[in-house]
Amino acid sequence: MRITTVRRISQIFFFALFIWFCIASTFGISFWQLRGWPVNWFLQLDPLVALGTLLTTRTIYAGLIWALATIALTLLLGRFFCGWVCPFGSLHHFVGYLGSRNRTIKDRVAANRPLGAQKIKYYVLTALLSATAGSLLISLADSARWAPAWIIGALVISLFGLTAASVASRRSNSLLTFFFSLLALWTAAGYLLKIDGPVASSLMTGLLDPIPLMHRSVNLVLLPFADSSVHIASNAQRHYDGAWLIGLIFLSAVFLNLVVPRFYCRIVCPLGALYGVLGRFALWRVGKKNSECRDCRLCDSRCEGACDPGRVIRVPECVLCMNCLYTCKDDVIGYNTFRSEQGEIVSPNLSRRGFVVASLSGIAAIPLLRLDGKLGANYDPALVRPPGSLTEADFLNRCIKCGQCARVCPTNVIQPDEWQRGLEGIWTPKLNFRTGTSGCQLNCTACGQICPTAAIRPLSIDEKLGRGSFEHTGPIRIGTAFVDRGRCLPWAMDKPCIVCQENCPVSPKAITVREIFTPLQTGNLDIAKVSPRLVVLGTAPLRNGRYGTGDYYLFVDNPARTRVRISGNTESSIALQSELPAGSSPETLKKAEIQVRLQIPQVDPERCIGCGICEHECPVSGLRAIRVSAEGETRHKNHSLLLK
Amino acid sequence: MKRDCVKTPFQTRMARRDFLKRTAQAGLAVAATGALGYFLYDPEGPGGTTGKSALALPDFSVPEAGKHIAIVTGTDRVKTVNAGLKAIGGIEAFIKKGDRVLIKVNAAFATPSTLCATTNPDLLAEVARLCFHAGAASVAMADNTINDPSSCYALTGLAEAAESSGVRTILPRDSLFQEITIPGSNLIKDWPVLLAPLRSATKLIGICPVKDHNRSGASMTMKNWYGFIGGRRNIFHQDIHTFIKDLALMIQPTIVILDGTMSMVSNGPTGGSVSDLKPTNTMIVSTDQVAADAAGAALLGRKPSDLPFIGKAEEAGLGTADIEHLSPKRINIG
Repeated sequence: MRITTVRRISQIFFFALFIWFCIASTFGISFWQLRGWPVNWFLQLDPLVALGTLLTTRTIYAGLIWALATIALTLLLGRFFCGWVCPFGSLHHFVGYLGSRNRTIKDRVAANRPLGAQKIKYYVLTALLSATAGSLLISLADSARWAPAWIIGALVISLFGLTAASVASRRSNSLLTFFFSLLALWTAAGYLLKIDGPVASSLMTGLLDPIPLMHRSVNLVLLPFADSSVHIASNAQRHYDGAWLIGLIFLSAVFLNLVVPRFYCRIVCPLGALYGVLGRFALWRVGKKNSECRDCRLCDSRCEGACDPGRVIRVPECVLCMNCLYTCKDDVIGYNTFRSEQGEIVSPNLSRRGFVVASLSGIAAIPLLRLDGKLGANYDPALVRPPGSLTEADFLNRCIKCGQCARVCPTNVIQPDEWQRGLEGIWTPKLNFRTGTSGCQLNCTACGQICPTAAIRPLSIDEKLGRGSFEHTGPIRIGTAFVDRGRCLPWAMDKPCIVCQENCPVSPKAITVREIFTPLQTGNLDIAKVSPRLVVLGTAPLRNGRYGTGDYYLFVDNPARTRVRISGNTESSIALQSELPAGSSPETLKKAEIQVRLQIPQVDPERCIGCGICEHECPVSGLRAIRVSAEGETRHKNHSLLLK
Repeated sequence: MKRDCVKTPFQTRMARRDFLKRTAQAGLAVAATGALGYFLYDPEGPGGTTGKSALALPDFSVPEAGKHIAIVTGTDRVKTVNAGLKAIGGIEAFIKKGDRVLIKVNAAFATPSTLCATTNPDLLAEVARLCFHAGAASVAMADNTINDPSSCYALTGLAEAAESSGVRTILPRDSLFQEITIPGSNLIKDWPVLLAPLRSATKLIGICPVKDHNRSGASMTMKNWYGFIGGRRNIFHQDIHTFIKDLALMIQPTIVILDGTMSMVSNGPTGGSVSDLKPTNTMIVSTDQVAADAAGAALLGRKPSDLPFIGKAEEAGLGTADIEHLSPKRINIG
């Protein structure tokens, strides 16, 4: 069997596996639904996720350790992931193939020539990783303050020495040298200036990292779209805020393959760039076995990476599609342990200027984005994060915007943020209680369990509800419900309701009601005739049948404060459920009026956990009369509402 | 564009054939446009909504089996429900061979069955078993839950009980609802109702727990039909008693089973803690939903007159609140 056939089988297998994992992320009791299926496996294999969170948190969370396997294999083999595993890559490969079917060999060769723009992905990677480096710099600066001065001195001098050497030599263009020189610069600055304000980190890799991008697109756009007629992945139609943008980006990436095959992989993909850098020492590599090449360029006709195998192969661009092994009529090209006969280019050849600009923009981007002050006093109260979310800064250090939490959420209450939190928060999860089948369900911790990076911490039910060994910490609150007294039916319009109280899942309920009796606009009744259970009026001011609902009472402002429930009425008479006091007459009922019994809802902020089920159920269907906002969320002590 | 360019030799005279052909084509196109305009012409513009025709749901009651109520005291739901069904004439009197039985459970909330906010799964399984035993062709359960349906069925244990006892779970989805008006009702007008499962069933059994409910006073068998209503149904809380009467008007069940083994006496209807429950050790099985609710009110320490919906339903002729009128079978099986 040809190795390209094996590659195709591998691509189909991993693509199908990926789609299967997306479908299996469904809450339910069937075998194919969430049963410990490793639905995060592709995200865990993704070394950019592991490296990004490593830089921001200095730890590798649980399953992300899988990335070591990918890294090890890449070090040995090169960019195998791009050509053999990556589901996004396979999709591009396939669409690019479809687009090139009717092209002449000449056109295909032209389409697969290396482009200068292929360097862009390395700048993208540099900028994204630099954006994650802020907190690392802070901690380096911190440790620098504690380390003996001579160690720091030696470190800084040696790093500057390395930089100087690399600049002087002109030949070397090592990313590492640049990276270390930047670290040296910032460490020194941190040591001298005691900076911490202007430095911050945020994990932005998920915006362009293909695995989170693919997950996001499938979870939030393609699957809800495909499922709307079959209802396998969810019972009710799923809705996601801003799905159009996610879909537009996905489709743009896919259709750009018709212009440049594997456009995303060659030009944009930061993960491909990382593999390109890692693969420079690969033991096996595609290259020429001998010098008998006739320079026919046929190898370019099916080259996926645009890596120029017919001349001096660009190793970091090669995605190991292995097509050139077969398009070469003279069997010149092979997958060898030795370097290509005609030599090879092993580094991405970035311009020094470009690298520095990308890196500095990455480092500066986060402090710039944070000038809006939204991590502090200017925080957005409408941004309610899923239960178990870390403090906002730590959350942004981990969230890769993969949409797994929004996918697994059984109620569809978790939504990708559009622009509420600015560029830094785009597609991060927030709760929108107006959509979905319910608010955040009490006995559910699915989002934290699935989150691949622990931006949403995995909670136990006991911890979420503050039971058992978590009795003393109390429940996890994601916000607090506030009654809008200007919109609430009983508060503002004298209509009985209390749907919010009824649906509050906390025990004892966080929404309590106070019973009040409110007189209607009709004022004192003009009573003409009285029998024990019937009052006849002299005029006809009432609406027929309006007051027999069980909520209306005839109230007499006498010393006994008589109040009798109305069982029915016509325009001019009122029937009562029980008898009026003996001796009642039009005279004694001079100050009689109709009252409505109302139960007025009130939120007890000590009990409210912000689940938003009340907001979801509120019959004021537009702007709800009870709404949850982030005040009181446990993840931020400084957002708390109560003295405790 | 090349294809559209018809090359004709230069000529001074008009080609007759070509002219006639083009005249015919243009004439047809004009006529088609005119016809399309004629058929699509709308002089009035969009009007208001038009009322849907009234629709009574099938009557699931079995009049020849008589009107009965059994009030069984005991702690074991399986035993009490068996005794109750036997006392009202046995399930065979109601479920015949080939019947398609729909069980309306209360699965409103995604809480474990130990909190008794939802229909007990063992009770569902037992009733389903009895139905199959009596010859039912199929048994299905349905509820338009308040929390997420899949979560509700899974967490309450109802999904598992249904699966193991051969009951089909009907998840509420838009296509199963239809906007209808119930004749004689005050409030169910042009409103979405979970109609498809009701239409395909021949018998209907309601099974629900006894629960405290702040707005209506109690949530029992009549209020259980709330789970057949779709749309933004919370609006009906403004006139809850009339609405519960309407629900009882909409549904004439075969049997209702009111589970007061553990009654939720506070914090209802969600509960959330075992401290909200009180062992009242009673199973009420009845053909009369009004009587069942009247009997259930006592378990919450309330009188039927405290619950206006009972009076309203009785007044509408949907049953009797005077249980003694039905000569109830009171059984104690400990």
